Amino acid sequence: MYFQSWAEFWAMGGYGLFVWLSFGSSYVMLAALAWYSQYQHKQFKRQLSAKLAREKRLQQYQEQAH
Amino acid sequence: MFKWLHPYAKPETVYHLCGRLMPWLMGAALLLLLLGNIWGLAFTPPDYQQGDSYRIIHLHVPAAIMSMGTYSAMAIAAFIALVWQVKVAQWSVLAIAPIGAVYTAIALITGMAWGKPMWGTWWVWDARLTSELILLFLYLGVIALSGAFSDRQTGAKVASLLAVVGVINLPIIHFSVEWWNTLHQGASITKFAKPSIDPSMLWPLLISILAFKILMLALLCVRLRTAILVNEQHRPWVKAMAGD
Repeated sequence: MYFQSWAEFWAMGGYGLFVWLSFGSSYVMLAALAWYSQYQHKQFKRQLSAKLAREKRLQQYQEQAH
Repeated sequence: MFKWLHPYAKPETVYHLCGRLMPWLMGAALLLLLLGNIWGLAFTPPDYQQGDSYRIIHLHVPAAIMSMGTYSAMAIAAFIALVWQVKVAQWSVLAIAPIGAVYTAIALITGMAWGKPMWGTWWVWDARLTSELILLFLYLGVIALSGAFSDRQTGAKVASLLAVVGVINLPIIHFSVEWWNTLHQGASITKFAKPSIDPSMLWPLLISILAFKILMLALLCVRLRTAILVNEQHRPWVKAMAGD
């Protein structure tokens, strides 16, 4: 480790604000994109299975009616 | 070669391939990003001119390089979609655009946070910064255009056209620091000359660049799978998979 202490590490030689602003905002944006992409995928899969199940029920009902 | 490649254009194959590759790509990207960034933040000496503020390079350069790399990938996919009408290529264009937009935003924001202490200003309208901002608008334009038509196919086609035309911006970004007077420093790594950056700082940087590249592929896998499901939802293979 190049820094002598944690305090020195967080201070980043006086540039702490800019360094941590960069890393913080970047990680937040990457995590948001990853989470949202995964969420969209799961969400659509759920909707699709629900739709297919509905179609199946409808078909069964129509067969019984005849 | 094309005979070998052709089955990979089949949506079902791509769907399962992406599903198998995704966890590995995501894991590798996270590991490499952590390794490169922690190494760059804590285990390299400070720059002799810029002090510790230069550590922003470990995000700024990978994001900037891959913002252009992602655009090239998107433009190639768009070209294939327009010329050969490969469906998977068409969906890739729309799946990859948000990834490129986020990378470009990261490059711009980290650049601003670096510029404030080094140049004394968050933003200047110089060639490199402006052309990178235009890249962000190109990504946003592709995303917006694809959703602007009631017919999904038309929207995707127009968006691909914009993606191909926008390629003109890539050489402008790349050479902007040579063609015009600019506040932005020249390249630290080049293919043809010895890098101007010290090896102790170069290694973590290269690892972070690789991490951004793999992360792009991992996110593309997730997003492309969703796009395939949305577009193929009436096909038997999707019904068979989602039905049970």
